[in-house]
Amino acid sequence: MSKRFGKQLLAGPYLFWMIAFTIIPLIMMGVKGLTDSQGNFTLNNLMAMGNPVNSQALILSLELSLISTVLCLLLAYPLALILRNMGSGSNSLIVFLFVLPMWMNFLLRTFAWQTLLEKEGVINGLLSALGLPGINIINTPAAIVLGMVYNFLPFMVLPLYNALAKISDDVINAAHDLGANRAQTLVRVLIPQSLPGIISGITMVFVPALTTFVISDILGGAKILLIGNVIEQQFTVSYDWNTGAGLSIVLMIFVLASMALLNIFDKNGEGTVL
Amino acid sequence: MSTPLIDLVGITKRFDDTLVLDDLNLSIRENEFVTLLGPSGCGKTTTLRILGGFTQPDQGKVLFEGKDISNVPPHKRQLNTVFQKYALFSHLNIEENIAFGLKIKKKSKQYIRDKIDYALKLVNLDDYGKRMPDSLSGGQQQRIAIARAIVNEPKVLLLDEPLGALDLKLRQDMQYELIRLKNELGITFVYVTHDQEEALTMSDTIVVMNQGYIQQMGTPEQIYNEPENAFVADFIGDSNIIDGTMIQDLVVEICGVRFPCVDTGFGRNKPVDVVIRPEDVELIQSENAPLIGTVSHLIFKGVHYEMEVEAGGFTWLVHSTSMSPVGSRVGLYVSPENIQIMNKPASEDEEAQVNE
Amino acid sequence: MKKVLQKAYLALILIFLYAPILTLMVLSFNASKSRAKWGGFTLRWYQEMFDSSTIMDALYNSLSIALFAAIIATLIGVLACIGIQAMGKGPRAICMTLNNIPILNAEIVTGLSLMICFGAFGISLGYGTILVSHVAFCIPYVILSVMPRLKTTSSAAYEAAMDLGAPPIQAFFRVVLPDLMPGILSGFLLAFTMSLDDFVISYFTRGRGINTLSTLVYTQVRRGIVPTMYALSTVIFLAVLLFLLAQNFLPQQLEKLSRRHHARRAHE
Repeated sequence: MSKRFGKQLLAGPYLFWMIAFTIIPLIMMGVKGLTDSQGNFTLNNLMAMGNPVNSQALILSLELSLISTVLCLLLAYPLALILRNMGSGSNSLIVFLFVLPMWMNFLLRTFAWQTLLEKEGVINGLLSALGLPGINIINTPAAIVLGMVYNFLPFMVLPLYNALAKISDDVINAAHDLGANRAQTLVRVLIPQSLPGIISGITMVFVPALTTFVISDILGGAKILLIGNVIEQQFTVSYDWNTGAGLSIVLMIFVLASMALLNIFDKNGEGTVL
Repeated sequence: MSTPLIDLVGITKRFDDTLVLDDLNLSIRENEFVTLLGPSGCGKTTTLRILGGFTQPDQGKVLFEGKDISNVPPHKRQLNTVFQKYALFSHLNIEENIAFGLKIKKKSKQYIRDKIDYALKLVNLDDYGKRMPDSLSGGQQQRIAIARAIVNEPKVLLLDEPLGALDLKLRQDMQYELIRLKNELGITFVYVTHDQEEALTMSDTIVVMNQGYIQQMGTPEQIYNEPENAFVADFIGDSNIIDGTMIQDLVVEICGVRFPCVDTGFGRNKPVDVVIRPEDVELIQSENAPLIGTVSHLIFKGVHYEMEVEAGGFTWLVHSTSMSPVGSRVGLYVSPENIQIMNKPASEDEEAQVNE
Repeated sequence: MKKVLQKAYLALILIFLYAPILTLMVLSFNASKSRAKWGGFTLRWYQEMFDSSTIMDALYNSLSIALFAAIIATLIGVLACIGIQAMGKGPRAICMTLNNIPILNAEIVTGLSLMICFGAFGISLGYGTILVSHVAFCIPYVILSVMPRLKTTSSAAYEAAMDLGAPPIQAFFRVVLPDLMPGILSGFLLAFTMSLDDFVISYFTRGRGINTLSTLVYTQVRRGIVPTMYALSTVIFLAVLLFLLAQNFLPQQLEKLSRRHHARRAHE
């Protein structure tokens, strides 16, 4: 008994660190968000989300992150399926190729799209060299969606690939054997069996897309505000920490609600993050 | 003699550089229980996969009721497969698994319901319809895999080592279950296994395969009692395979002693392989015996004693219900009908001829 | 036909993924500051990058923070795994839920909550606060890497070692730890890369006058065209490439080594 307890003590530093630098900060944020600058209890900070500027930013964030998630799913599913079917021989290198850009610095990846899309950017330079009219996509929601899809696509590919690779060839053969053609096998066997991967892919794209402020900052210009930008500016521009914390809490509620919603679909509860 | 249902004609298949099947010809009759038997890598599973349509042969044709189905995809073939690891759909419950093929074929709700009930009854799992596959034991999952296949009323059921993952006792029970199913359904079973006992118990016809070739095809009795070559003899049950010389028709010399036998047509003074099953070696009083030897090992096996007897420069494996202690001298006798003569494999045969 | 379509699809996605990065690499050699025109080949931006104390300081900060954060997180994480493994079902479940919070939480919320917390306790922001925060979000990844291996290997091998006469501490170091090593290494590397790649949490916990690479890129990019950033991208991409090749290669080697180690032990 005492030996077992001694072993458990090894988790002490971990518990200290997690409580001190995860739990307490979240509690402090909760306190900040529920008090005014004098320290009195108030719900005004939460209500600030109702203010048209903030609510529009939240709605736009939801829209763009939803579109990005759907696009990522549509692009990644065939990709993951192709990678799965290539078999285990050559594919570790190919999977590596698809994951490699994920490890490139996030800021630089976003910056790369800025150089491509700018009015005086690389794409327009190439287009004008070919005598074609330029495109004007920078500082529009489309540019933000593009940045989101680009940055988060690998986060969708990996869980999908892992889920699909788990399905044995014989299960797919069994579906064919029982009369299902390719499309029927996809709808009735592959998609349902890879559902945990789909769920965790959606989570891994939707949450960072919903809460980003960097992509919108670099590709959306100053005029397009996502909820991430609104919150960031509360802290770094207006120095209104109480309102910022309040808005963060509301955002967190949205994140948790969307994850809870997704978990309903995940019957088996296998869809963990990694 | 019923008509052939399936004909495999000149099937050849390579994976990379390995020749898996070499010009294989096989004909399967309606209502037959055919077992493809052989060690791993002999091509039996590939043959089955070619029948199911999951693997394309490099050369040759698959005929079904006389029609070439070589290019027909699996989902349009009138065959169904029971896979080695069951391959049940883990996201569907048992009923939904069984209904899978019928729903694809857009059968009516009532028809599907009746079929599910019938199939569950057939495999003795009436109350399991709402369970998920993961909650069933291996044997139960296997029976569901069979039920899922047979509700589609295939003319042929392909079974790929379906009992391989089960423990011994369950395997034996399932063997009887499969024979019963086969008789109730009245359809053709093509069964793949590396377990000779399974093959002998269940089959009408056994096809022994090795290295992409059919070694022998016949009833279990033929395969066991009259193996055509040393591979079959060695693979099916224990046996003594001894170098011998066919002196003339009905006389073979083994270990320097001439034995009367029942085989003819091998020619005179021809080197042959002689197969004698351990249970066919009789221990008798040494003074009357053609061969005398010494017992070197003795193990009690329950039904019989297993002994090794050194006699005439060969170690004989003997199964006997009476016991002779290690070191004792015994006489060996084999009655003529239990001596099985086989040609030497082709290459050695040629060598022998050159030497003459 | 189907094969060709599949290959084409793979190629298209690869172009989509790599074209922006390659563009940056090409621009890093462009003598002209313009993004649209090629002004001849130059290594000037590399020169400027290596001469810039701002960039080099940021690089140093990023690397040292990533290294320290990974070491501390790995130590705490491995100890925690052993501790959690010894716990009953309930406390273990609580610990694993706790572990998921930083992983699932939005980065902006994690970063801001830390900033508020440091502010409330009057801790001035700087190198230390970044490091502490990085350790906090790295530990869960170490635990996720080590825990599964500990579950599969620990008890049987550990008990066997003790049965053969090894005292518990020795049994741990001789049997359990070598088995855990690949998990520990991949946890360490994951922590290192997570820390190196982080922007949001560093941004909120860094205070004035200190930059990591990510925060530096952010401020530079907001200011306008900066060709040194192209050079930086190229260097970082190549470093990431080498690092990942090593990371994919090393654990296998290590696993081989540990297996050989075991084999030798068995012989002795």
